[in-house]
Amino acid sequence: MLEVRSLSKNWKEFSLRKISFDVRKGEYFIILGPSGAGKTLLLELIAGIYEPDEGRILMDGKDITGLPPERRGLAYIPQNYALFPNMRVFDNIAFGLKLRKLPKAEIEKKVKEIAEILDISHLLHRKPGTLSGGESQRVAIARALVIEPELLLLDEPFANLDVQTRGRLISEMKIWREDLGFTALHVTHSFEEAVSLGTRVGIMLDGRLVQIGGVREVFSRPASEAVAKFLGFENIIEGTASGRVLKANGLKIELPVEAEGRIRVGIRPEDIILSLNPVRTSARNVFRAEVEAVEELGPLVRVQLKSGGVELRAFITRSSMLEMGIRKGKELYVGFKASALHVF
Amino acid sequence: MRRDYTLYLFAALGSFLIIYIALPLLIIFLKQTADIGMLIKTLHDPLVIKSLRNSLLTATATALISLLFGVPLGYVLARKEFHGKSIVQAVVDVPIVIPHSVVGIMLLVTFSSAILDSYTGIIAAMLFVSAPFTINAARDGFLAVDERLEHVARTLGASRLRAFSSIALPIAFPSIASGAIMTWARAISEVGAILIVAYYPKTAQILVMEYFNNYGLRASRPISVILVLMSLTLFIALRWLVGRAKNA
Repeated sequence: MLEVRSLSKNWKEFSLRKISFDVRKGEYFIILGPSGAGKTLLLELIAGIYEPDEGRILMDGKDITGLPPERRGLAYIPQNYALFPNMRVFDNIAFGLKLRKLPKAEIEKKVKEIAEILDISHLLHRKPGTLSGGESQRVAIARALVIEPELLLLDEPFANLDVQTRGRLISEMKIWREDLGFTALHVTHSFEEAVSLGTRVGIMLDGRLVQIGGVREVFSRPASEAVAKFLGFENIIEGTASGRVLKANGLKIELPVEAEGRIRVGIRPEDIILSLNPVRTSARNVFRAEVEAVEELGPLVRVQLKSGGVELRAFITRSSMLEMGIRKGKELYVGFKASALHVF
Repeated sequence: MRRDYTLYLFAALGSFLIIYIALPLLIIFLKQTADIGMLIKTLHDPLVIKSLRNSLLTATATALISLLFGVPLGYVLARKEFHGKSIVQAVVDVPIVIPHSVVGIMLLVTFSSAILDSYTGIIAAMLFVSAPFTINAARDGFLAVDERLEHVARTLGASRLRAFSSIALPIAFPSIASGAIMTWARAISEVGAILIVAYYPKTAQILVMEYFNNYGLRASRPISVILVLMSLTLFIALRWLVGRAKNA
């Protein structure tokens, strides 16, 4: 659907270097990178707010690089939501529809429908200045979705919200996407958003898109040291949850909370404990595993393990490696507390 | 608890200016109320009425013209970086540093008989000295509008002009209106340049001077009072309206 080819741009202190990727129809594509990586600039180029120095942007095969924003068929939600302060919430949402000269009754109907879905019906008469962050974000999403854009561009949509609101919006976002079936390109620095929402993810570092792939693939097989370092959160396990148990590739993992269906959980490498004998306590998930690789990183050692069909990485100190005699092919036990798991 | 003497001192020093501005206003009103007969006589003087009308009309026309040209200029200055922008900005502020008699001379040298002794001339003189208020206020107003609002409006389907008219302009409106009021106030209080460019048709501010020169202080006072009363009333009323629009 969206194809970005070799896009470059120098602007203020940011620069983008030969960015290429594509977003497929129906996909939720995440661009993940630290702040200052140039993510916002990339979205602004795609939205048509700035022109690239080099490269092309294609939409459904058609070159849109030279088109003004209003003729690109996409909707853009900047980080601060940018609600129009001079209009009530209703008129904010209706803005794009009015420009399309829809009949009044139809505008009213569409605004009410989307407000219903996003649970903001009670806010329609309010001015944006009176809304909370979470409410503002819902209105911004409604205003963008109501015009049924081919592609929705989101810039750090949940960054300025408190943890609870953010968690709720992320899980609702999944539902809205199922209901409305839109395609999205979402830039963020949050792993949680990437893992929870992303179909595919592109990692952006210093103005370059350094790795693109499925979420689990990128998190479990970083293409470079820089990506691995940035991700930190290296173990992503995918499986089917039922109650407090996650079945993943032959492992039965105890979860910290109840969950149902296909989910992903994450665990940091430093939260995985290696031992030569199984330590059975109720709080711990303990599995047999085999060492696949050992990588020394100064005082720490990264151990790559395989337990059942699940790949795990763990950090241990150099002295424990020597003490336990850890080397490729060694069989041992991995353990982690259920509470160390993060359910996305 | 110790009293904050510094603030008291500052307030005392600052009151000097307030009293200095308010006192002459108060005195001229008081003196005129003691001489109400002269005031009524002046109000029946057709020359006075006509000059007041001239002042009001030309100042209002000046404010409207400054809006027509100043708002687009303010928008460009707020939104676009270009070579020579600082020069343009300096040109906008030039009228403030030029003595107004010199403004009159410059205008006359440049446009000569096209503006001499005509309504056009009055408005030309007023516009030169008062347009910067509208331009700068419009620029500041647009600068305060987050550009991303317009970006979003455009991705939602608005053309640049439409994003300007339905987002930037309404949000910047109170600031622009304040600027236009300042322009109007500055225009109606202009004398120096008008004196040189267009002594006729007579405006109230010129008439005050003429009466003073020909008949003295007592004769010029009533027109002054009427002019001040009218300007202040309109000025305060408009400012109040804009203030209300801002808070709505």
